[in-house]
Amino acid sequence: MMRFLLLFSRQGKLRLQKWFTPLTDREKKKVIRDVMALVLARPPRSCNFLHWRDIKVVYKRYASLYFCTGLEDQDNELLTLEVLHRYVELLDKYFGNVCELDIIFNFEKAYYILDEFLMGGEVLETSKVAVSVSMENADTLQETMEEYMNRPAF
Amino acid sequence: MSPSVPLQEMIRAIRSARTQCEERGVIQRECAAIRAQFRQADNGGRSHNLAKLLYVHMLGYPAHFGQMECVRMIASPRYSEKRVGYLGAMMLLDEKQDASLLITNSIKNDLSHSNQYVQSLALCTLACMGSAEMCRDLAPEIDRLLRASNSYIKKKAALCAVHIVRKVHELGELFVPAARSLLSEKNHGVLHGAVVLIIELCEQNPETLERFRKTVPDLVQIMKGLVLSGYSPEHDVAGISDPFLQVRILRLLRILGRNNEGASDSMNDLLAQVATNTDSTKTVGNAVLYETVLTVLDIKSESGLRVLAVNILGRFLLNNDRNIRYIAMTSLQKIVGTDHNAVQRHRGTIVDCLKDQDASVKRRALELSLALVSASNIRSMMKELLLFLSSCPPELRAHAASGIFNAAERYAPSQRWHIDTMLHVLITAGGDVRDETVPNLIQLITNASELHCYTVHKLYRALLLDISQQSLVQVACWCIGEYGDLLLKGDCQETEPVQVTEDDALDALETVLQSHMSSPATRGFALTATMKLSTRITDNVDRIRSIVSIYGSCIDVELQQRAVEYNALFRKYDHMRAAVLERMPVIEKNSPGHTNGESTGEAVKDVPTAKMKQGEPLLLQQPANQVCDLLDLLGGSEETLQPGPAVDCLVSGLSVHAAGTAGGDLLDLLGGFEPAELSPAPQVLAYDKGGVTLTLSCEKQSDTGLTVTLTASNSSDSDLSSFTLQAAVPKSVQLHMKAPSGDSLPARGTAKVTQMVVLNNPNKVNLKMRVRVSYTRQGSPFQDTVQIDSFPGLDAAGQ
Repeated sequence: MMRFLLLFSRQGKLRLQKWFTPLTDREKKKVIRDVMALVLARPPRSCNFLHWRDIKVVYKRYASLYFCTGLEDQDNELLTLEVLHRYVELLDKYFGNVCELDIIFNFEKAYYILDEFLMGGEVLETSKVAVSVSMENADTLQETMEEYMNRPAF
Repeated sequence: MSPSVPLQEMIRAIRSARTQCEERGVIQRECAAIRAQFRQADNGGRSHNLAKLLYVHMLGYPAHFGQMECVRMIASPRYSEKRVGYLGAMMLLDEKQDASLLITNSIKNDLSHSNQYVQSLALCTLACMGSAEMCRDLAPEIDRLLRASNSYIKKKAALCAVHIVRKVHELGELFVPAARSLLSEKNHGVLHGAVVLIIELCEQNPETLERFRKTVPDLVQIMKGLVLSGYSPEHDVAGISDPFLQVRILRLLRILGRNNEGASDSMNDLLAQVATNTDSTKTVGNAVLYETVLTVLDIKSESGLRVLAVNILGRFLLNNDRNIRYIAMTSLQKIVGTDHNAVQRHRGTIVDCLKDQDASVKRRALELSLALVSASNIRSMMKELLLFLSSCPPELRAHAASGIFNAAERYAPSQRWHIDTMLHVLITAGGDVRDETVPNLIQLITNASELHCYTVHKLYRALLLDISQQSLVQVACWCIGEYGDLLLKGDCQETEPVQVTEDDALDALETVLQSHMSSPATRGFALTATMKLSTRITDNVDRIRSIVSIYGSCIDVELQQRAVEYNALFRKYDHMRAAVLERMPVIEKNSPGHTNGESTGEAVKDVPTAKMKQGEPLLLQQPANQVCDLLDLLGGSEETLQPGPAVDCLVSGLSVHAAGTAGGDLLDLLGGFEPAELSPAPQVLAYDKGGVTLTLSCEKQSDTGLTVTLTASNSSDSDLSSFTLQAAVPKSVQLHMKAPSGDSLPARGTAKVTQMVVLNNPNKVNLKMRVRVSYTRQGSPFQDTVQIDSFPGLDAAGQ
């Protein structure tokens, strides 16, 4: 299973963090610091896999964002690269040509998409179409409720 | 108080802050506003505020005051508020927080909500942060959802069940029937969730694994469908149909086929099919191939299939993509123990990877190369490894150095090669080697007696070039001290002759002594080496005396002590200097990993006595005891037997304890223990030869302590000088010899020499002692050994 998923920029600003194991705030901060330092120090065309403590770190850079995840011993690293790619595709489909600003200003949507795609550190839905459909439905549900309650969304 | 702004405006405000201080100010204002809003009654902007708080939390600021708000929002009937509330719960609450228990009831209610999206929120949150109690409470609900709901909920319930099983292993039993039935679903999401659940159940419980083995045919069927099916737009990724599901099924097959012939047989065809049909141009295909290879190598597959798998790994090794090479090496590492020959075939490529730019690939290549070293390829591999060592990143140096040493030790084709290799490593990476390397290397050098001349010349030259690598300098100093005469003689067949004068050698040692780069241990080596040279050179003894006397007032206590003792050796005990500083005997080879200090009994038995200079294994202890006793004589007060820097450690390490060790096993070889006579502190004659008699008497000090007094007298017609006694006892007994009363035995018994020996026998073993007598009679030295099995004053058990 995946232990965590982090998105951070080249400057070291965290854009999204998802933890699949219970850790204290202090431990989380330490993990973020260490993993960020390791990943940001890597030269451009190096291997996407690292070893840190007892977990395998898989990271991929998309434009200005690093997508980084920690795996356990049994997991398939190459497949995880595909998982990260699939997540980016889903974001792209939802936001239309996604860029870092979209993720900053709509971070809660990024989380909702993630929750439709991964759960408990495992892949939940393998079909792109199904994820998009559920996101649309959920958004519609939210808007309908909002309209009904006559209040603006955010 | 400024009015609260909608989320996006707040984010804009934070981002436009130019300094940290400004940002903190904005955030503090916002948090204050949010807190005030939370305290108010229900207003429409609650989800606003919580979202803002979550953003602030992501930036790293404290947000714990939002926890109760999350709980309240989750309980709200509005979907938008629930959504943000659950998101907040996943970010702010974890099982360690007390507030997490409060949401259990809300989750329970939402699990039975009419709207599936509300149900999915609850399931997601439970799978993310559900504690063990929550899991126990809600497990039956999850089981119900697994059976009777639509596929959207089923897949989420399956992964939720996985989380529950991970948290509370006993609940696994509950989910087994549902998991089994889920395998017949068509929906890929549900199928994937089911496979993950079954994997988790099988890993937790071996009995469950047995039961699930019957599903292998079904799994093979599903897999075949995926591999052979045509293009399916919904699940296709670069030509592979649903790679996520394929990899999962392969992993489950691996678990089910492990150690089971029947299951493995039924998978063989499928695995061969996947291995040959999968397109490996893209990462996706390689991911599936990788999983297939791992499965083939783990189950009891037929040999043809195994060969296919290793060939795939070989192909991966040649791939341009670094990632693929990396995982190829990781997999090869796993099988290098079992399929060694297959991996050997790819040795060339692996060694090439040592030169890769990437640090991860280098690390893998290093580990794999070290595992592939064997007797037949040691020379070529070592060349590559040494080349690697000179250019490798610093974090890998220590690992590489120790790996090289181990390989060299196991497969060295010749002693000269071994010494050369070790020297090379010390020169390139001397700062990163382990401490025990120095004594190991020294012991190796002493063993290669033909190469002493060559070694000392090489080390001298290395010392001239660079005195910063401490390990190298220590070994070099030791050798120059020990084999200084060979260095000065100049002629050596193996290297070009170079004339080294006594001044040159002393200059080199003095440079080490005075350099600020030398550690205190290294200085100790250098001082002792200088001292040893005093007996090996002829002209510059005065220079040595002056060096030594300067250090008599050195600030470093260890150096000062040494210098003072050596000074005393010059002044009062000059006649003993030659004996004290003579060439050391060959040091014992102990089992690898032990320093010379802890010798094991077998080592002593193994050494053929012919190899030893004087033919008696006990002599190993002689230099130690000699030095110890002499130092007792000289200093009288200092703790001379304590672990000092390595040189003396080699010697004194063989001291008190080890002296007993080897001696003990010899004593074991020599036969049983005769019971002692029962008499109160009598004198027993232990040795009588050539006019020299040795008597001993014992006195019990405590339950385990014993004092033995040895008295020697000379009834012959000639005076005896330089009379010394050395003793050895069994392994667990501790021995301390006090200073003898004197060292000369005049003729016809006019005076005696007594020496007290304090023994401590904590384990109450059979007490035996071996005593070596040595003296000089009319200019010629004499030595003899006697074994004492019975001690007067001890009871029959020897205690």
